[in-house]
Amino acid sequence: MAKPRVKVPRTASKDEVITIKTLISHKMESGQRKDRKTGKKIPRKIINKFTVTFNGVQVFATEIQPGVSANPFLQFNIKVPESGEFEFIWVDDDGSIYKTKKSIKVTG
Amino acid sequence: MPKGFKLYGLAGVAAVAGVATVALGLSIQTLMADPNNNELVVDGKKITTKVKPPKGSPFDTLYSGWRFRSKETQALQADDFENPGFPLVDLARELWLKVEGTAGKSCSSCHEDAAKSMKGVRTNMPKWNDAKGRPLTLEQHINLCRTERMGAKKWKWESNHMLGMTAFIGLQSRGMPVKVQTNGKMKPWWKRGKDLYYTRVGQLDMSCAGCHEDNAGKMIRADHLSQGNINGFPTYRFKWQKMGSVHRRFKGCMKNIRAKPYKRGSDEFVALEIYVASRGQGLSVETPAVRN
Amino acid sequence: MELTKRELLLLGSGAIATMAVGLPTASAFAASAEVEKQIAAFAGGAKIGSGKVSLTAPEIAENGNTVPISVDVESPMTKADYVKSVMLLATGNPAPGVATFHFSPMSGQASATTRIRLAKTQEVIAVAKMSNGSVFMDKKVVKVTIGGCGG
Repeated sequence: MAKPRVKVPRTASKDEVITIKTLISHKMESGQRKDRKTGKKIPRKIINKFTVTFNGVQVFATEIQPGVSANPFLQFNIKVPESGEFEFIWVDDDGSIYKTKKSIKVTG
Repeated sequence: MPKGFKLYGLAGVAAVAGVATVALGLSIQTLMADPNNNELVVDGKKITTKVKPPKGSPFDTLYSGWRFRSKETQALQADDFENPGFPLVDLARELWLKVEGTAGKSCSSCHEDAAKSMKGVRTNMPKWNDAKGRPLTLEQHINLCRTERMGAKKWKWESNHMLGMTAFIGLQSRGMPVKVQTNGKMKPWWKRGKDLYYTRVGQLDMSCAGCHEDNAGKMIRADHLSQGNINGFPTYRFKWQKMGSVHRRFKGCMKNIRAKPYKRGSDEFVALEIYVASRGQGLSVETPAVRN
Repeated sequence: MELTKRELLLLGSGAIATMAVGLPTASAFAASAEVEKQIAAFAGGAKIGSGKVSLTAPEIAENGNTVPISVDVESPMTKADYVKSVMLLATGNPAPGVATFHFSPMSGQASATTRIRLAKTQEVIAVAKMSNGSVFMDKKVVKVTIGGCGG
């Protein structure tokens, strides 16, 4: 399982609205596909939730359903009030949690 | 007015409408058929996706497969973050530094900084290997290093490790022209590849040339046929929802025409890869590309 | 007067060309009961207005399994007035729910981009709910081509 990728600018000015891009490698098995040999449906296994916190407070989240493509890509904005740390959390149907952190420094 | 005349009148209108719709359908088809004129710029660097072909080419102009894709697909390759092939490149960056095998070495132990040591390597793959007396693809070179120099296990052709590493190494040649050797010792292999390219096979009795040479630019049902160049491999394909190798692509094409496909790493596919690479001589390496 | 062979041929090929182009008609995208139900549940009884929401999608999706989609909602994004959530629905998919974005005043801008799966040509809907309970919607038809020689 490849690590999640996150692109966050290293610095920003106070209250600047930045763009954050994220991508995680995941098959996003929809639950619609059938096993060719057995004819049975392959069970669903997707990332179902994505959450972003800044200095511990939730700022953005996405509930994800099988209609989202494999290797989910998410891009969104954040208005940065001060220096701090973002935490990005992905939750898998099977309970696994993938996390990564990125710091940002507010200049000027 | 005789009944027949009225009927003819209606049919006439319908026929005209039919002609108009056919004309519309045909004109849309022609519009979609030409490779588009967009330029590929990745992180500020311009990548050549249209060149004058090598001598003996059946085409007036060589186009990268990138040119045949929709603008949304093209955009995904123009940014290394948007490009869904990069998670595997990241994996390979880590593997490059990982010590594996009985010799206690990592790739970096000998090859140090990949940006320097691997620069240009992808441009002339498959490449002649004197020790083995035959050409080797990039995958085969990697496994040769792993088994004979690192004392490590081979990687499977289509494993994430191999895909990531061939993408990572290919990336170090991005923007450089494809320049595979086709003469001297390579000539018999190149010739074999050429024969395979033009031979009809399978239940549908088709050859590579039938689509990629005779009909490049046209629509085959909903797919826009390219010239079949491989300068972007390994490539992230939407159809696969992941990165895949050249030989995987060759295999898929053969299955589509209901032929029994050759195996990844087979002499046939190595020969074919040499020949197909030579048809794209001069195009920039685009690894890791994004395609449909 | 009989139709000549030529006229019959033209009529026939005209019909095929129209099918190939796949011109959608309004009735083809009447929202299903499931879609209506999900929108109603999300809206929580509020009347659904138009405007404010802008859904960006390709006119023709090269491959239905990876369709880039963006949604933007006009809003001052202050604590007093911001976009709470935006729900994306793919009306022609076996299950219409795709994703729901949850913004906050710290979002600065209510925009999100992702890549979605579309099983066939269909209407994609974005429904936005504001902090004051008002609801707005935008829709776009995305043509999804199926069939080719992919390998």
